[in-house]
Amino acid sequence: PKQDSLMDDDPEDLFAGATEEVSLDSPERDVLLSDGPSPAITPITPPTSVIAPRIGHAHDDMFTHSSFDEIEEEEGGDSFDVHISVSDPEKVGDGMNAYMAYKVSTKTSLSVFKQRDFSVKRRFSDFLGLHSKLASKYLHIGYIVPPAPEKSIVGMTKVKVGKEDQSSNEFVEKRRSALERYLMRTVKHPILLKDPDVLQFLENSELPRAVNTQALSSAGILRMVNKAADAVNKMTIKMNESDAWFEEKQQHFENLDVQLRKLHASVESLVCHRKELSVNTAQFAKSAAMLGNSEDHTALSRALSQLAEVEEKIDQLHQDQANADFYLFSELLGDYVRLITAGGSGDLELYFYFIFFRIRGVFDHRIKTWQKWQDSQVLLLKKREAEAKLQFTNKPDKLQQAKDEIKELEGKVQQGERDFEQISKIIRKEVGRFEKERVKDFKTIIVKYLESLVQTQQQLIKYWEAFLPEAKAIS
Amino acid sequence: MMEEVKDVSAGSVHGDTIKVTEVLQDGDTLTFIIVSQKLSGTGEYHVDRTYDDFEWLQQHLYTQEDVPGIQGVIFPPLPVRPQVNASAKVMKQLGFLALGEWQPYCRALETFLQQVVAHRLLSKNPALELFLTSADPPGRQKIKKNLFNRLSQAMEEMRKEGHKDVDEFFQTVRDQNLQLTGSSRTAAEKFLDVVLTEQKIAVACGHFSAALHLCVEPGQDPDHKAFSRVCVKLSEVFDSMRKSMMSFSLNDLNTLGLGLDLESRHLEAEKEMLFRRTCKLVELESARRNAERAKPVRKAAMEEVKKASETEFEQICEVAKQEPLSARPCGNAAEESDSVV
Repeated sequence: PKQDSLMDDDPEDLFAGATEEVSLDSPERDVLLSDGPSPAITPITPPTSVIAPRIGHAHDDMFTHSSFDEIEEEEGGDSFDVHISVSDPEKVGDGMNAYMAYKVSTKTSLSVFKQRDFSVKRRFSDFLGLHSKLASKYLHIGYIVPPAPEKSIVGMTKVKVGKEDQSSNEFVEKRRSALERYLMRTVKHPILLKDPDVLQFLENSELPRAVNTQALSSAGILRMVNKAADAVNKMTIKMNESDAWFEEKQQHFENLDVQLRKLHASVESLVCHRKELSVNTAQFAKSAAMLGNSEDHTALSRALSQLAEVEEKIDQLHQDQANADFYLFSELLGDYVRLITAGGSGDLELYFYFIFFRIRGVFDHRIKTWQKWQDSQVLLLKKREAEAKLQFTNKPDKLQQAKDEIKELEGKVQQGERDFEQISKIIRKEVGRFEKERVKDFKTIIVKYLESLVQTQQQLIKYWEAFLPEAKAIS
Repeated sequence: MMEEVKDVSAGSVHGDTIKVTEVLQDGDTLTFIIVSQKLSGTGEYHVDRTYDDFEWLQQHLYTQEDVPGIQGVIFPPLPVRPQVNASAKVMKQLGFLALGEWQPYCRALETFLQQVVAHRLLSKNPALELFLTSADPPGRQKIKKNLFNRLSQAMEEMRKEGHKDVDEFFQTVRDQNLQLTGSSRTAAEKFLDVVLTEQKIAVACGHFSAALHLCVEPGQDPDHKAFSRVCVKLSEVFDSMRKSMMSFSLNDLNTLGLGLDLESRHLEAEKEMLFRRTCKLVELESARRNAERAKPVRKAAMEEVKKASETEFEQICEVAKQEPLSARPCGNAAEESDSVV
């Protein structure tokens, strides 16, 4: 319908509209950005006619504790006590209307949740719906909102059509795993954990069906923000980055993105070859068995048959290793690359067309916030000049109007400055958090991987040692 | 089985000691250094030979006219001509021998020479002595190609492959050989795939290790340092995985790979010998028919032809039975079964 065509045909207009939406005097904004406690605000879902980044409406709990600082300290080191698992993928319905329902189970002792151990059924579009709400609320004020897994038309069609084969099973498993990681990342974020949409997602047995998930997908948002970044580049007043920290961080993330993409590519190649090895080993095992059957010499024949068996076991090991490589590394690295760049489908080539959003985007938003502040200052200056001139004319109405406008503008300028400082502060915290998490994540995954490697090698040795006497028996 | 020939195998060289120690590459030409111990115990022979020289030797072995029933010999197989920067087709033909920087190829040439030297009939060929001991290249003149060259066999002759045998022993050997040749060639091909993939994995590990090294971040930030440390350690792990995979692959190549290659080429050589014998059988049966049906004026001539054919066939069978055949039904069957001519 109409809104879809709005989304698809003219994202530029959409975003132009969006910037205006972020008005400097919207009342909800004050609530979020002030340091003091505030009354509860009912959450508003993004209007379906225009996708605009709106200032978020946070759950009141966040503000009863006053500033963000306190909340972050509450989080504390490793006493994070929420565990989410996504499991039991189940096909619901038939044909092209079919979808996979996943069981989302939460175990926790945190008081923000109503129960300690509960689960709900969700479908993929529900996850996308959650992501779009969080993205529209938090991204442009500096929070690094975790990206949702990408849609895959090909993968999903196979599943819908009922193709019960290796690749569609793999697809479902990949997706399940990605959804789990997405939720865990989201709840690990101290602010997002308490967001009402997140809580609703995890707890409510029924969820209103998310619409326009196409536009709300990471790729959709990304397209819009591509335009925004271009706009930033075209700004007339260039920001002089006096804060070296931001300069350095921006560079750092650009480098990191390049590195991680390389890593991702290497691992994908490794996984591919390992799978190939598994297939080749299995085929060799078959041919060795046949050769064993053809041989007359009994000890040689027996040894060849044994060899075939060992190779079959090894083939299974290779497959397991390929899976470990894939799940532990490829997906993790893929996640991180997506975190740093925009949306990111599984397709690496697309990365080169995406500018960084998640992290660099929040940097861009900061720049835009600064820009607005500058613009208001310039406007204020002009208005003051105009007022000065009016002093000498006999137009009391106009003079009063000018004075009113100036007062309003001064408020805007102050607000602009506060916004800028706020977003800078939030970004610093987010980046710090991201960096810590990244290292922790990597360490955990790597330890798991190395342990699995060692196990594989030990198993390999066992198989070959068992085979040795057979080989020696060939006279 | 082939008996160990302890004494003179090829004039003055001790067969077991033949080694292809080096391969030198000059542009597109490969030269092999062959070292063998003098039987007299007084030193070594060092000669350099190219593939052309090996072919020269092989041709001389084929054309040993003075040995009756020579067609019954399983000629030690010479590997396919090596090619520097080989085309895909040649790589496929060479299989394992194209890998490992020509080391497996050298082993294959070694085996060829050792087998020739150890063969009771072939070792006496003077060409062999020349090949192993002469400082100069033995001679590059091309000898006329003969029937032994399988590639020249016409399509009609392929029909004969299935011709029913008159001898139960040889029929068994032929059947067994057919099965084994197929299975061993398949096993060799599949194992080659395994070895090549192992190499690909080693290369991929190397790339990953290098990419991890690039993730090292300078600066004092503790998180960055921690991340860099993790990356460096993991990079080392993957580098050692690369080495390990490479060593698996080389080991596989030099042991089972080479073994499967030699085995399958030997079975091909056996197949060729059996085919030659079968062709002779077909010729013999046709000669007999001609002799029977011949008009009196031609009868005597036909009888001569038949007799010659019979003799040749018998000789071939005799020689073949002494060869290391793949099927050895109950040990004594070879001696017991008569030529049934």
